[in-house]
Amino acid sequence: MVMIGKSVARKDAWEKVTGQAKYTGDSQEGDMLYVEKVISPYGHALIKKIDLSRARQLAGVKAVITGGNLPLTGEEIRDRYPIAYKRVRYHGEVVALVVADTPKRARQAADTIHITYAPLPVINTPRQALDPKAPLIHEDLGQYKKISKVYPEQGTNIANRTKIRKGNMLKGWSESDVVVEESYSLRPSDHAAMETRCALASIRADGKVFITSSSQAPFMIKRLISEYFGIDIGDVIVTTPLVGGGYGGKASVQLELLAYIASRASGGRLVKVQNTREEDMLTSPCHIGLDATIKLGCSQKGKLKAVKILYLWDGGAYSDKAVSLSRAGAVDCTGPYQIENVSCDSLCMYTNHPYASPYRGYSHSEVLFAFERTMDSLANKLGMDPLELRRMNAILPGHTTPTQVLLNSSSVGNLPACIHRLKKLMEWEKGQRIDLGNFKVKAKGISCVWKTSTIDTNASSGVILIFNPDGSVNLVSGVIEIGTGSKTILAQIVSERLKINLEKVKVQMKVNTQSTPEHWKTVASRGTFMAGRAALQAADDAISQLKHLASCVLRAPVEDFEIGGERVFLRDDPSKGLSYKELAYGYTYPNGNAIGGQIIGRGHYVLRHLTPLNPETGAGKPGPEWTVGAQGVEVELDTREYTYRITKSISVIDAGKVMNPKMAEGQITGAMSMGLAFGGRETFYFDDLGRVMNPQLRTYRPLRYGENPEYVCEFIETPQKDSPYGLRGLGEHGLLGMPAALGNSLSLAAGVHLNELPLLPELIWRKRKGADEGDLL
Amino acid sequence: MKISKDTYQKITIKLKINGEIVETDIHVSDLLLNVLRDKLGLTGAKPGCLNGDCGACTVIMNQKPMKSCLLLAIEAIREEITTIEGLLNSTIQKEFVNHFAFQCGYCTPGFVMVSHALLMNDPNPDKKTVIEWLSSNICRCTGYQEIEKALYSVIKGGNACGLKPKNTVKSNGAKKTDETGRLN
Ligand code: FES
Ligand code: FES
Repeated sequence: MVMIGKSVARKDAWEKVTGQAKYTGDSQEGDMLYVEKVISPYGHALIKKIDLSRARQLAGVKAVITGGNLPLTGEEIRDRYPIAYKRVRYHGEVVALVVADTPKRARQAADTIHITYAPLPVINTPRQALDPKAPLIHEDLGQYKKISKVYPEQGTNIANRTKIRKGNMLKGWSESDVVVEESYSLRPSDHAAMETRCALASIRADGKVFITSSSQAPFMIKRLISEYFGIDIGDVIVTTPLVGGGYGGKASVQLELLAYIASRASGGRLVKVQNTREEDMLTSPCHIGLDATIKLGCSQKGKLKAVKILYLWDGGAYSDKAVSLSRAGAVDCTGPYQIENVSCDSLCMYTNHPYASPYRGYSHSEVLFAFERTMDSLANKLGMDPLELRRMNAILPGHTTPTQVLLNSSSVGNLPACIHRLKKLMEWEKGQRIDLGNFKVKAKGISCVWKTSTIDTNASSGVILIFNPDGSVNLVSGVIEIGTGSKTILAQIVSERLKINLEKVKVQMKVNTQSTPEHWKTVASRGTFMAGRAALQAADDAISQLKHLASCVLRAPVEDFEIGGERVFLRDDPSKGLSYKELAYGYTYPNGNAIGGQIIGRGHYVLRHLTPLNPETGAGKPGPEWTVGAQGVEVELDTREYTYRITKSISVIDAGKVMNPKMAEGQITGAMSMGLAFGGRETFYFDDLGRVMNPQLRTYRPLRYGENPEYVCEFIETPQKDSPYGLRGLGEHGLLGMPAALGNSLSLAAGVHLNELPLLPELIWRKRKGADEGDLL
Repeated sequence: MKISKDTYQKITIKLKINGEIVETDIHVSDLLLNVLRDKLGLTGAKPGCLNGDCGACTVIMNQKPMKSCLLLAIEAIREEITTIEGLLNSTIQKEFVNHFAFQCGYCTPGFVMVSHALLMNDPNPDKKTVIEWLSSNICRCTGYQEIEKALYSVIKGGNACGLKPKNTVKSNGAKKTDETGRLN
């Protein structure tokens, strides 16, 4: 293989380092109108009165829009008005829009809108929401339109319940000699992509709707706008240029609806809605929170026997993607271990918090924080090495997952190999907790991880390869370049298969839903798998066309041809052949006659044999493979101040096949960085009114340069047999175990159970204080 | 220059950007970032917070990295402004490519500018200085290791950024700035 496994430079490199790369917010047109939002200052309140009189009179104002007369929206349950009507359910919810000819005038007019609210009681945690006496956030829950695979419970705050019932719990508990039970909690937080969300819309006189959006899901925007507003799906045309970071947060459809509504109210003119940083954190969907209780049992020797799990997801005020997130949390509700008896209830709860969108790892880092902390507690109670406990229970081919998928060597990676390498890299045998003197303790914590995807069972991905006259080829795919470099990987795949120079594969970065074949959504670490398969098929289609043309021109059977060196030639006499260039636009004979035409390769792919989950047992096949890994974190804790420094962060991931080592490493280290920030410091702070107190990047702080530890990342390669060159999903996995490994290292260092996120020094101090008063580990 | 109280009244100003004098109509309250992007089509500098927190909007003013969301356009009159568009084929850009020092690329112009400014001011900065300068910006995609490698490979390669040493650059009548680059 020439191209696979090579650190070739990214196709988007130069435009990005020169500032020429264009993102949604960079487009600027003379006649554009600007939309500003009025957002709710309360977590839960009735809207008593809206006074628009002043706003409407201001110069430059084209439209002022409030709720009412808008369809209910939501991906699985339609429970949300795009603009709040009569009631707001979270801080930051959109209450009104102003459209004006400049952003300043729009803002000024929005600021004159006076709204009278009557605050309502606020639900601030999913446990509160579960209380039978809790106020209902959606009284009409049972009446909402919904898809068939979601199970809202009328008269409660439960938007969805996923049940996992595997094995026999009675048997499991009877075989358990040692049992631990622990509870965990973490509040919602944010993706904090550097590009705030932005959407543009215009509606043409013939009814065609044009949307440009910083999105991971332009094809979902197309579908939903068509469904919500009754527009022919082919008349909704969505464009997505480069996206400035997604991490799942841009897979929800929200601003696009507002842009459409604003354009419609302004005679179809082009409008732009861009979030401020504050709105991006408050108004747009956030990273989900979780309250969890796990009871885990094992035999005297440490063999896991039974687990009972309750996950209460803080889905926020609306269910949009949160129901699906709560389902994914059930699919991989345990860590990557063989456990015969599993009972899990994963509930998506309504609260008065910003509603949730996917977040890198799709519920897995949250679940793993709870589960992997429990594993350490169990190891502690057993008096066993936590790494050894994980190794002896590691999931293997022949085992079954919580949703009862029987695994084989293709569908699951090699976890024992990952653990083995991690042990070496962490110098495990040198000790896990080392007193450095001077009130400094060094401690090592670990977490094993796994993840499959839980996308729609019929999600499709397509690729088109269009040849240029010089024999080079344009690669067109619906995968969004959100930063992961997937389109460069696709180019490597096409280059390899067509045996063509990588420079000759021209990648179209922009996606347009009218001219680009669909890639369902750029989520779930499935871009290179699905679009990669489609790219291979498209390349094969092109090769077959090239060979057929050559067979005609050279009067030889198609089967006798081979490709190489950008030529099609006869196997037994390579000197007889035609170059791609001579065939790219059909073949022209010396006398001017021509045959064929431009070569256009087509390919598509749908993951096979996926099924929805059984509503009673959860049995079903959600994804094609489980990527596994083992991760570790080393910290140095100051035992007087409880401040700490993360010194090292390690990932060993079974990547199936590393397609581009530098890019793979970048994905893993970037994800580790995000996971450490999530585990260590990122959270929304809510007050009693459900307001988020820290919607700014100085009060909500991602890692900065200098705060990062040393990163170590290694790969194991156990091929997935259906994927291109054996690759496995990779984009999310570096994040998954970070909060858990950090929690395990700090719990060990401080000698207390740290079961909440984020792991701030204050939390350690509080727990330590409790411990000093008698509640020792 | 007479400035009216009416915030909608426009004034015409001249700015020196990337070595060229440009004339543009602005409101006195316009941010430099917005004038660059909306009026001059220089969209390399990005809005990320408009609050000085993220550094995506970084430009170089009189050799110092400045967050253009914290500057009014009128504060940039008579100053020497360089945006990412004025930086072509610099060594730091090449090293960003070589070291994969970006993913989504949204923070990249800001990081390139702050790195470039650092090298202009101190071709051989120590570790502490590098942390001080680079921690002004946020990258959410990378783990910073790649950006660090890109920068250090320029530092190790000597002053290869094709820049004139600091003291020979003509100040062009620019106002004095204190060490943070703020106008005195
Ligand atoms: S936009 Fe200027 S610092 Fe964030
Ligand atoms: S590359 Fe995406 S924020 Fe830095």
